[in-house]
Amino acid sequence: MPPANSSATPISRVNDFVVRFANVNGSGSASANEMFARAVMRMGVPVSPRNIFPSNIQGLPTWYEVRVSEAGYLGARGGTDLMVAMNPQTFDKDIAGIEPGGYLFYDSTKPYPASKFRDDITVIGMPLTAICNREYSDPRQRQLFKNIMYIGALTALIDMDVAVVEKLIGEQYKGKDKLIAPNIKALHIGRDYAILNLQCPIGLKLRQADKVGDRIFVDGNSASALGAVYGGASVCAWYPITPSSSLADAFTRHCARLRVDAETGKARYAIIQAEDELASIGMVIGAGWNGARSFTATSGPGISLMQEFIGLAYFAEIPAVLFDVQRAGPSTGMPTRTQQCDIISCAYASHGDTKHVLLFPEDPTECFEFGALAFDLADRLQTPIFVLLDLDIGMNTHLSRPFAWDDAKVYDRGKVMTAEELEAGRDFGRYLDVDGDGIPYRTYPGTHPTKGSYFTRGTSRDRYARYTEEGAPYVDNMQRLVRKFDTAKDLVPRPLIANADKPTKYGVIYYGSTAPAMDEAIGMIEAKGHALDRMRIRAFPFHSSVASFVADHDFVFVVEQNRDAQLRSLIVNECGIDPVRLVPVLHYDGTPITARFIAKAIGEHLDQLTVKPVKVTS
Amino acid sequence: MTYLAKPKFHHPNLPKNALGYTHRDYEGTVSTLCAGCGHDSITAAIIQACFELSIEPHRVAKISGIGCSSKTPTYFLGNSHGFNSVHGRMPSVLTGANLANRDLIYLGVSGDGDSASIGLGQFAHCLRRGVNMVYIVENNGVYGLTKGQFSATADRGSKSKRGMMNTDNSIDLVAMALQLGASFVARSFSGDKQQLVPIIKAAIAHKGAAFIDVISPCVAFNNHAGSTKSFDFVREHNEAVNRLDFMASRMPIEVQYEPGSVEIVEQHDGSRLALRKLAADYELHDRGAALGFLQHHAAKGQIVTGLLYVEKDPEDLHAHLRTVDVPLNTLNAPELCPGQSALDRINASLR
Ligand SMILES: Cc1ncc(C[n+]2csc(CCOP(=O)(O)OP(=O)(O)O)c2C)c(N)n1
Ligand code: SF4
Ligand SMILES: [Mg+2]
Repeated sequence: MPPANSSATPISRVNDFVVRFANVNGSGSASANEMFARAVMRMGVPVSPRNIFPSNIQGLPTWYEVRVSEAGYLGARGGTDLMVAMNPQTFDKDIAGIEPGGYLFYDSTKPYPASKFRDDITVIGMPLTAICNREYSDPRQRQLFKNIMYIGALTALIDMDVAVVEKLIGEQYKGKDKLIAPNIKALHIGRDYAILNLQCPIGLKLRQADKVGDRIFVDGNSASALGAVYGGASVCAWYPITPSSSLADAFTRHCARLRVDAETGKARYAIIQAEDELASIGMVIGAGWNGARSFTATSGPGISLMQEFIGLAYFAEIPAVLFDVQRAGPSTGMPTRTQQCDIISCAYASHGDTKHVLLFPEDPTECFEFGALAFDLADRLQTPIFVLLDLDIGMNTHLSRPFAWDDAKVYDRGKVMTAEELEAGRDFGRYLDVDGDGIPYRTYPGTHPTKGSYFTRGTSRDRYARYTEEGAPYVDNMQRLVRKFDTAKDLVPRPLIANADKPTKYGVIYYGSTAPAMDEAIGMIEAKGHALDRMRIRAFPFHSSVASFVADHDFVFVVEQNRDAQLRSLIVNECGIDPVRLVPVLHYDGTPITARFIAKAIGEHLDQLTVKPVKVTS
Repeated sequence: MTYLAKPKFHHPNLPKNALGYTHRDYEGTVSTLCAGCGHDSITAAIIQACFELSIEPHRVAKISGIGCSSKTPTYFLGNSHGFNSVHGRMPSVLTGANLANRDLIYLGVSGDGDSASIGLGQFAHCLRRGVNMVYIVENNGVYGLTKGQFSATADRGSKSKRGMMNTDNSIDLVAMALQLGASFVARSFSGDKQQLVPIIKAAIAHKGAAFIDVISPCVAFNNHAGSTKSFDFVREHNEAVNRLDFMASRMPIEVQYEPGSVEIVEQHDGSRLALRKLAADYELHDRGAALGFLQHHAAKGQIVTGLLYVEKDPEDLHAHLRTVDVPLNTLNAPELCPGQSALDRINASLR
């Protein structure tokens, strides 16, 4: 049924479109949809899938959006070109989200009145349920093979290489070979039906390309966990919470493969699923105090529970790594939706005067790199380090640079005084700033029979760790902690700057999962004739270049995925900047920020600024 | 208040232990607790136990929560690392520390407020996990440090110093420890050093989760008539089930015991416990019976003390997790980092 409305010509594009699958969760659609995305990648076309799922195990709507972009845009774009509508519950809403000229593919077993459809889209019906009922008797098989069947139909509709999907099926069921043939059969039932009964191909087409290169397809949680393995984490304590649980799960999986002693079968790691987040951070701090690299993975509510301990670790100077996979808050908020909303609660976590080091990876590869780096930083700075992911980076599969590791690298275990040094008579003061960088030496418990022991406490103490409630040593210590934080500015990953082709008075600051959408938005903004210098912030405390970037521009947009412009507040607060100079651009509905959103918000603002006053002559 | 160094007199005649250390080598700074506080007696018992066991002081890690009781780790084992953490969370810190280095002795010190009120969850879970440690609760039935409010171990019907009656039921940490799977459970009294020192020694030698509830009167807020945690009350109602002699592995049994009156318990490290039974029918290896015994006597207003339960072959958390024999904190990049070759394989699997 081609569009009745002649004003909307069917979209015709190659390797540049968005397919959205609407399903019911628990129906087994996720693996079929993921296979589709992977097949696009195997055809050499950059792809970015995003899973939009409810906080529920079975029966509620889920969507899986696959952005196909030979140009390499990996952020969410917004809008749907081809809707695979498999969920009657959301049918109307799904149809409404299709771009004019777009396509609807749906299960036509149960006929819908024509009024259900829009007249500016192409409607493609396939009686999937009827076919499945005819082919299979087992209800579970009917459901599972239906998923593969619509993938088969898609291969015909968008003219995709079916052999690629066949190969993926073979890989997916490797070891369970019995399942390969029936899946391939279902794939072809779908494909054959489409070829015989539907108009194939439609205007959206997939062509073999060579734009993927050596990139890998991985989610940020697995990548962070691998970073923890490579960074030398040996203790992990955690409490389940979406969207971070899969990070701890991945660490468990990676360790089982990479960290078991081949001879004895014993583990070079310890993982505890704690009773709550207070216990998990307590264990991490206990292990860090005792010289093991340790971490926890959590989300906003967990960070809230850990506050008291985080303050202790800051004040007592204990290394710890926290991966916070942010989700939409406050409270339970939208636990399966993404946001960058824990910036402030992590930066100043706990009571009293505290400040913490935050890292903002943009994609899984940086999750791996920052994940490993966090352990060096924690040991070097003797303080908690937060790696701030979000649900979009953490749980979605992203096309990223391959992981790389320098085998010559040794861990930076920081300033740890050894038994030999103590024996040689080196002065040990646990909170003594010997090097002027604010970082004192520590000893591991059990180092020496008579030298180098000290008492760790959250109460005030002097430079030799002796309890005191005197004002002067307290202030001395708090000032040293500020010095240490200043030292951190040059140890954390620097911001990356990309200047516009021509000089401009305007800049934009962004971070984390906003990066791919920003890359695309910049092109759209430039196409409107505007120029914008860009800074991607990768860590807190801010490097001095952040303040100078703001100083060098009249206005700087700060693009974030939260309501309160949290990073902007941090910049204002920490760099002493006039808030008027920083224009917030905020997206916080729980879906990943899109290029269209950024381009519109910034573009409109710039349009206003550059409007030339019209001279009225009379 | 500022740190008070303990004067170090050289006393040539001080007795030395097998390692050549004197009692002094196991002391800490001067206690700042109230004169007569039960907690100071427990500190003394810990010092005595470690001295007699000839433990290298720096091989002990002392970890506590918050409270008068949790302050005490500064007052013993000055050559050990100590960690005064946050209120009610000693167990998690100790668990993490233990995971990092399985070779140290972990001594957790807590109070009844710290363990039975704010920290009840962590108390329970670290015992469930079988962390190899000695967990001592210095139990005075009140929050000493915040000036005498009832804690969760205060008995129903006991009176506060200001005359208020406690109407809530009390938590018996010993009963909970038995139920939760602690492999060594004891109760003692700060005023009974003869009983307490051997129990601490046996707990240190025990390779598993050892829990000791020590009734430790707070002279400032809970030592009056009407309190069930006062010195007088505990002395009058103490029902000791056994007396313990602890023998390190090297020592032959010299004392001749009357047959039938003494039970010898071999511990995993070869040390032996000789228990003189005071309650004739008390069975040391039966959790259920121990619980029944406790409840029966509690109903009569008696406080059962002694070594109440020992598991013969306990397993600890490291055994459950199958961790390597060397401490995890000694591992470095060569043992922990799989390197680029493994990464090449991982990258290939992600395309
Ligand atoms: C989070 C938190 N809440 C409250 C306090 C205040 N506080 C300090 S000690 C204490 C009670 C300690 O009681 P207990 O563990 O029985 O120790 P005791 O002083 O009796 O030995 C409380 C409530 C605190 N330090 N931290
Ligand atoms: S207040 Fe009570 S518990 Fe605290 S030191 Fe004084 S006597 Fe001991
Ligand atoms: Mg108390």
